[in-house]
Amino acid sequence: MENIIEVKHLTYRYQADDPRPALNDVSFTVHAGEWLAIVGHNGSGKSTLAKSLDGLLPFTTGEITVGGIQLTPETVWQVREKIGMIFQNPDNQFVGATVEDDVAFGLENRQMPRTEMLPRVKAAIARVGMSEFAQREPSSLSGGQKQRVALAGIVAIAPDVLILDEATSMLDPQGRREMLALVRELRQTQHLTVISITHDIDEATIADRVLVIDDGQLVDEAAPATIFAQGERLVELGLDLPFTEKLKAALRQRGIEPPADYQGAAEMEEWLWQSLSNT
Amino acid sequence: MSNFIFGRYLPLNSVVHRLDPRAKLLLSFCYIGLVFMANNPVSYLIIIAFTLGAILASKISLGFFLKGIRPLIWLIVFTVVLQLLFSPVGGHVYFHWAFVNITQFGLVNSGYIFIRFLLIIMMSTLLTLSTQPLDIATGLASLMKPLRWVRVPVDTLAMMLSIALRFVPTLMDEANKIMNAQRARGVDFGEGGLLKQAKSLIPLMVPLFMSAFNRAEDLSTAMEARGYQDSEHRSQYRILTWQRRDTITWIIFVVAFAAILATRRW
Amino acid sequence: MAISFEHVSYTYQAGTPMATSAVSDVSFAVPDHGYLAIIGHTGSGKSTLIQQLNALLKPTAGEITVDNFTITPKTTNADLKPLRQHVGMVFQFPENQLFEETVRQDIAFGPKNFGMAEADANKLADAMLQTVGLDSSYAERSPFELSGGQMRRVAIAGVLAMRPKVLILDEPTAGLDPQGRQEMMTLFERLHREQGLAIVLVTHQMEDVVQYAEQVAVMRDGRLVKFGTPAEVFSSEKWLRENQLDMPQAAQVAQRLANRGLAWDALPLTADQLADQLAARWPRKGGTHV
Repeated sequence: MENIIEVKHLTYRYQADDPRPALNDVSFTVHAGEWLAIVGHNGSGKSTLAKSLDGLLPFTTGEITVGGIQLTPETVWQVREKIGMIFQNPDNQFVGATVEDDVAFGLENRQMPRTEMLPRVKAAIARVGMSEFAQREPSSLSGGQKQRVALAGIVAIAPDVLILDEATSMLDPQGRREMLALVRELRQTQHLTVISITHDIDEATIADRVLVIDDGQLVDEAAPATIFAQGERLVELGLDLPFTEKLKAALRQRGIEPPADYQGAAEMEEWLWQSLSNT
Repeated sequence: MSNFIFGRYLPLNSVVHRLDPRAKLLLSFCYIGLVFMANNPVSYLIIIAFTLGAILASKISLGFFLKGIRPLIWLIVFTVVLQLLFSPVGGHVYFHWAFVNITQFGLVNSGYIFIRFLLIIMMSTLLTLSTQPLDIATGLASLMKPLRWVRVPVDTLAMMLSIALRFVPTLMDEANKIMNAQRARGVDFGEGGLLKQAKSLIPLMVPLFMSAFNRAEDLSTAMEARGYQDSEHRSQYRILTWQRRDTITWIIFVVAFAAILATRRW
Repeated sequence: MAISFEHVSYTYQAGTPMATSAVSDVSFAVPDHGYLAIIGHTGSGKSTLIQQLNALLKPTAGEITVDNFTITPKTTNADLKPLRQHVGMVFQFPENQLFEETVRQDIAFGPKNFGMAEADANKLADAMLQTVGLDSSYAERSPFELSGGQMRRVAIAGVLAMRPKVLILDEPTAGLDPQGRQEMMTLFERLHREQGLAIVLVTHQMEDVVQYAEQVAVMRDGRLVKFGTPAEVFSSEKWLRENQLDMPQAAQVAQRLANRGLAWDALPLTADQLADQLAARWPRKGGTHV
């Protein structure tokens, strides 16, 4: 599979004399079209990593290549053409005075002629199901709706990569579910590569691959099922335990030995049913 | 605060609401000139007719305008009384004591000043009631464009104004939350002496500034990620279009202006 | 009765054309030292409800009782200080209320407002810092150089320092990572158990509700649509779905097994309850079990 992002030996220090770098010799690749989750507890350096990929933090040493372009101060705007980012706080990334103004913001920056902008903005807003809110001001929208508008801004720009930097963490469960469903859908229709920085177990479950960052270092890299099978250690890594793992731990305490592999809810239910009726 | 009408926007669908904000802004400026040109009963009648016509066309009830005047009533009374008592000598003297003269001139003048005040307040209230703050900002930015030639960063100023307006409700909301949190910790806002009141503002202002700075930092990162480099090299999504109704409004205004110049006592 | 609501309604901008009803005719009662969870969608009236508990909002109708305090529409501002000390309020993202130069000063701010001498308040601040799991080296530091999670602990210490008997928590774990969430909820559980603090928790986390709460109030469109123990509230899958509420995960698994024919004594709500019931009916090794 083609690599859309390559990161080699990335090190970042917030202050030049910082003995503990925020990112320490991190290397990985992102395949075109995959969904990659990056997990880690607060302060582990995962958001720093996300911002570095978009050239929002000038890294000290290492190399980042996005879509074949090596990230340098000269190419940073070209790289940003390829990446759309959504951040944690829905309010602090809403620039426009209304929904349509906000969706147009990225296009205005690219000096797109107004006649081209109009249909694009309209289509992007419709794509995320916010058409009836096009004239609304941000103060009359919920957090989930604001994040939808941010997604519409991404759709309008049509980048190759979407980075969600804890984009669902300030939403209520319903808002979170709706947003994830929308991202899944957009990933298909817009052919996006998705990188999601998250604590949310459901968000990590959707991923094809999970990277674990701890203390600025890449400590693990595997499929979600492999990561989730690590039990209690997950909490230290900044992820919640999947419910099935919690249940397995509770069963072990009661002398019942469940399978060691990670199981989703449906598999778990099947195993329980088989075990109980197997008499 | 909810009684304060001036500066609020009242969403209605009227000709006045739909006018180009530039037309309204420019007209409001010129209107002030018009008011100061009028100096006899006929010219005042013309302006009053024009103003009432505009208010009628806006579909906003007159009550809103009267409410808008209320907070300014003392300023008006003060100015009128000053004019009444200390106007230059002229015409019949009704009352005289030391520096104080109440003359026929003074009486008429203070009457005119009273009317001028009312008219200007009504017209600017009409401007804000019928125009969204954002449109006022866009209109102002557009009218300021010629200043580019003297190197005024008009686009940057316009961007700043638009972002400031967009964050007003967010920060008001934030201020409200912080006040509640500090009240719950035993702060009494707006009670006690002046010093105590000023001191009680610190637990509100410090967190509010911190939050505003954090938001500004987040916002600048988000703007950069969305391709924002500077305000000059951008295209515009929101544009203003001058329409026939704007031209017609201006024709009416120019006719009124001409009528006043003609009837004015020079 | 520690906390009771009797026909409480709250209308924003009452008496104006903009009047909007946020809470209408809510009645319930929580016993002394209770642990109440309030759930419901964003905008269902949860926040309005809890802000009446320390009279940040006064009900437009009805009566609220918190221990010896009574709040009615006629309650005047002069009576509020003892109430506000009695009912501690941790707002959403409480770290946004920090403002003092040092952590110690910020924690001592509340007690001083309620008339405590500076030296005593500082001593109390140091004790509270420990309660929330930060060591004394933090006392002299500026709250603004701490991490987000540490700032939140300091803010909570600032509320605990007022020595409240009732603690209101409005989504106290929002934005924390899983470990931080777990530690935070354990802290409140400890305060509840060891010091008898009554707790009112507003949350979207159903897992926390079933794990910690003794009673649950479900709000919808400003009305109290259900009140009872977690077992009562989460008993009907159909009702939960109609009210767009999530079922706790253990209950989801249990419900699916029930649909296949398994009969539970009572629907398990937590992993432990589920494991208990599973273990009780688990076939013994060797297949001799019937």
